[in-house]
Amino acid sequence: MRRFFDVAHAVAWRSIHNTVVNPAIIVPSIVFPLFFLVAFAGGLSRISDVPNFHYKPGYTSFQFVFVFVQSAAFGGVFTGFAVARDFESGFARRLLLGAPRRSGIIAGYAAGALMRWLIVVTVVTIAGLIAGMNVYGNGIDLFGLFGLGLGMNFAAALWAVGIAMFLRTEQAGPLIQMPVFVALFLAPVYVPLSLLTGWVHAVSRVNPITAVIEAGRGLLAGSPVKVALSFALLAAAAALLALFARRGLASAERAG
Amino acid sequence: MTREPSLIEQVAAVARRSALGMYRQRALLFFPMVFPLILFAINGSALSSATEIHGFPTHDYRAFLIAMPFVQGAMFVSISTGTNLARDIETGFLNRLALTPLRSEAMLLGQLGGAFVLGCVQAVVYLLVGFATGVSFASGVGGVFVLLALSIAISFAFASLGGLLALRLGSGEAIQGIFPLLFVTLFLSSSSLPRNLIKAAWFREVATYNPVSYLLEGLRSLVIAGWNAQALELAFGFALVLALVSLGLSGTAMKSRLARA
Repeated sequence: MRRFFDVAHAVAWRSIHNTVVNPAIIVPSIVFPLFFLVAFAGGLSRISDVPNFHYKPGYTSFQFVFVFVQSAAFGGVFTGFAVARDFESGFARRLLLGAPRRSGIIAGYAAGALMRWLIVVTVVTIAGLIAGMNVYGNGIDLFGLFGLGLGMNFAAALWAVGIAMFLRTEQAGPLIQMPVFVALFLAPVYVPLSLLTGWVHAVSRVNPITAVIEAGRGLLAGSPVKVALSFALLAAAAALLALFARRGLASAERAG
Repeated sequence: MTREPSLIEQVAAVARRSALGMYRQRALLFFPMVFPLILFAINGSALSSATEIHGFPTHDYRAFLIAMPFVQGAMFVSISTGTNLARDIETGFLNRLALTPLRSEAMLLGQLGGAFVLGCVQAVVYLLVGFATGVSFASGVGGVFVLLALSIAISFAFASLGGLLALRLGSGEAIQGIFPLLFVTLFLSSSSLPRNLIKAAWFREVATYNPVSYLLEGLRSLVIAGWNAQALELAFGFALVLALVSLGLSGTAMKSRLARA
């Protein structure tokens, strides 16, 4: 177990170091969620005037939760890009040779994704508060919201690391990113689920991310809904994606 | 004694190479072409309740939103053009071309040939998808042709901008890094709601000064309003200004880049 943590610690440290010292890595991670917050909370705030739109804290808070979840997911996705880059540069192969317990590599990258998200979510939360976001939830609710973000970040990181290890090329970028992007936008992004119509409503109803976003909005509003379901879904996703990432690692090991 | 090819022949020769280059990387162009359609499909349904806002100009949100893929696609054309030209700079092809009797204007305009073809293909694809999802034109059949012309003009204008960026920056990676900035201009416009219905005053102000709003409104007017001369003049005007300014600055950038080589 000690060797697992040693490897995870080393990989995580390198991942965090690269993120912090390289503006080309950290800036897009911060800019994209901020940009979504500005574009959606600013440009679409009139949507809250649609009949039957009821969200007590207001449209900025409504959109903040989506951006919060999106930033968590993309914190994981961007880590997948780093893994792919490490394979292309040859670093990952040296890492595979040198690591006494290789599953620690996945844990290290996932820890790096978490640290990256913590930086991003701090900036996004400050931006949300400056933009007039109302927070009606209490400390426990906000802790729950943070927990949802952690779960989403972990699951997305495992997905991204798995794909990157299977394909081992930066050209895997769209394949890492697109399913996450589409799944996020097939949730109730702009209006509550009850106001969605057509095929998007049908897809949103069965999209697990819908429950996470609804739970997040409920926690921010101080009226929790679907919290247990969301944590259960995230735990199940993380368990499945951990197996997927482990198989990706095995594929990379076989490739040598 | 052989006759020196005319400017048009020179442009055609470079344009043919540029178009073939685009065709050969069609797999890489698939995602940029499809991505605006994915957003159109999702947002067209997810934001449909916006039509219930008092004063919304149409009852069909897809008809309102159909302008967005055209402009977003044009932005992708800009990046493809810029990246291809930057590769020609990085590999030294442009320098080798400069050793031939080819005129620099032909070199520049020809490089945009692939973008022109891509712009045409995208416009037709987006139009067909619009029809397939039930979008109809308030301006009739004539409006369809004007929309195609405007869309191609916008694609060409953005391609010119991509060319200018490539000549200035000389690196494909730098061009890719510029893309989010173009994307920001699209979202900080009247892409999702009409300007008069944008609630946040600062956002409305930004959208009003953002030329991308007028490109979208020109395209959109043909679909939801019929013939709106002012909207069309502004859209064609901004596309023309963007193309002329970019090409003008590109001419200077090309000379200085070739002089450095």
